[in-house]
Amino acid sequence: MGNNRLFETATLTSSGRPVFLPNEVECQLLSNVDLEAEEESSSLFSLQSGLLILTTHRLLWFSSSSSSSAAPPVSASIPLASITHIFSPKKSIKSIFTSHRIRFQVTATDSRSVVIKVVVRGKVDWDGFLGNVWDCWRGRAWESFDTSERPCASGGLYGTDGSVRMVGVAGILRKEQEMWETTDKSLQDAFQDLNALMSKAKEMVMLAEKMRQKLLSGSSTQTSSTNEDEIGSKEEMHDWLLSVGIVSPVTKESVGALYHQQLLRQLADFVRNPLERAGGMINLIDIYCLFNRARGTELISPDDLMQACSLWQKFDVPVMLRKFDSGVMVIQNKSHSDEEIFNRIRAVVKKSEALRAGISASDAAITIGIAPAMAKEYLLSAESKGLLCRDISPDGFRFYINLFPNIDSLDVYLEMRASSKKWPLMVEQKWWRGGGQS
Amino acid sequence: MQKLGDYKLPQFFNYPPYFTLQPVRDTREKQVQLWKEMIVDYCRTQKIFVIGLEDDFPLFSNPVIQRFLSHEAREVFLSALVSDGRAEWLDKGHRKCLILWHRIQDWAEIVLQFVKDNGLEDSVMTVEEIRSGIESRGTELHGVDRTVLMRALKLLENKGKLAIFKGTSADDEGVKFSV
Repeated sequence: MGNNRLFETATLTSSGRPVFLPNEVECQLLSNVDLEAEEESSSLFSLQSGLLILTTHRLLWFSSSSSSSAAPPVSASIPLASITHIFSPKKSIKSIFTSHRIRFQVTATDSRSVVIKVVVRGKVDWDGFLGNVWDCWRGRAWESFDTSERPCASGGLYGTDGSVRMVGVAGILRKEQEMWETTDKSLQDAFQDLNALMSKAKEMVMLAEKMRQKLLSGSSTQTSSTNEDEIGSKEEMHDWLLSVGIVSPVTKESVGALYHQQLLRQLADFVRNPLERAGGMINLIDIYCLFNRARGTELISPDDLMQACSLWQKFDVPVMLRKFDSGVMVIQNKSHSDEEIFNRIRAVVKKSEALRAGISASDAAITIGIAPAMAKEYLLSAESKGLLCRDISPDGFRFYINLFPNIDSLDVYLEMRASSKKWPLMVEQKWWRGGGQS
Repeated sequence: MQKLGDYKLPQFFNYPPYFTLQPVRDTREKQVQLWKEMIVDYCRTQKIFVIGLEDDFPLFSNPVIQRFLSHEAREVFLSALVSDGRAEWLDKGHRKCLILWHRIQDWAEIVLQFVKDNGLEDSVMTVEEIRSGIESRGTELHGVDRTVLMRALKLLENKGKLAIFKGTSADDEGVKFSV
């Protein structure tokens, strides 16, 4: 504890409240605050565990003197005007566990430049306080109202009897302040309620979990004869959970919460344009990007997207989610027919160039007019239908029209010639003239 | 370029997908069938009895279209022949395969026919003579794989048509026919 010679002391009223300057408004009060002054890392004085009051004009510090204390109450009054710089508090892991602190560069009464450190212990709305400090400091209330407001009689906020007067701009400020305080209080109360609600919600979630476990275990152990009953009670369970607002735990079977319902409709509307542009089929990942970009804010997660698309089949929307064998997932119009694409593929692979060298996914994409990733899926699909067969070589992964069914084992022979590249063309003549093998 | 002798390769030997193991079931079945027939046919005409998987077996590659069968594909096709009873693996590692373009019982029949044609019903012959002697020239027995011949002879022995015995020289065995 050192002596405070650097700053003026603050005067108190008889009830222990500080005497405010004209137009000075109290912003925030914090208890258990230390005030330290440093000059070049040497401590000049240190005031411990006092009351800090932030006002529009000053930072006031009072010792919380106990009655038995012999020492006279110590106080410090630091005009905000003398603050030349506010140091941004360093945020570190340590700062979570230590008390809050903030430092200012201040010009003292003897014109020295010192650094004041305010240390606040205990629970406090630190961000709020910092905000207030900045606001007050920037507000420069001491400048604006100095010369203007000179209310009658005593002037300033306090009347002669010490009561707060609601006059003039000061009054407005005061009113605002009070409004702010009441709002704050009601928020606090509301949050109390919310905390209570949260704890209840925890119980609900636990209950839902128990239900879920029961449902899941029930479904796996039941014999077929009692399935009907099980399904009935499961439905009830889902409805009940849904009405409480919890998404049904067995998500594959249930319709899901309202959020997903709305989302899937919005999504279905949205995909129509991109689908058209992409030729009827679009990768799920592409939709994810497009949709989120269009939304701007409130982005949806990949899970939500998957959920929404999976639910389409339960609703009357004109689009559907489709999963290929390779795992690639696409969105396509319900009216979209694979046959049309296969016809196009068939036409492409019968061309002489393709007979000789086959086609790759990128070739198909260009000639058929679909995205290369989609093209590969289609080619694989056509292969599984027996329309194409594959050729894997150092040249890459290519597809040919499937001639295996047309080959009559070893019946037809060709003498091996150096120019055997004629064969595909001969095939064309033999097979296709024979009446449209397809 | 690899010589394929006088063997007429089928058309589809130049069809690139022929050399890629097809995943689709129906296509694969057809492909396997074609390969089986081709292998047996080729071995019969060229009198090849053993195929080594890692060898440069001419059928397994086609330099004209620059394709060749992968090891996996070779094993699939040869295993198919084994399942059909038209081939046997000579080792557990499936590195060598004995091709039975005649089944063993067919070879047995051929031996019997050979015996009858040459009036050897009660005579004695060495195994080597059977497969490379003057009588065998022009018959299918000429140059037959020794393992195959021994199996056929053993089959006939079980039927009581002949008896195999150790010959005077250490290398060879003899056969006493009693057809």
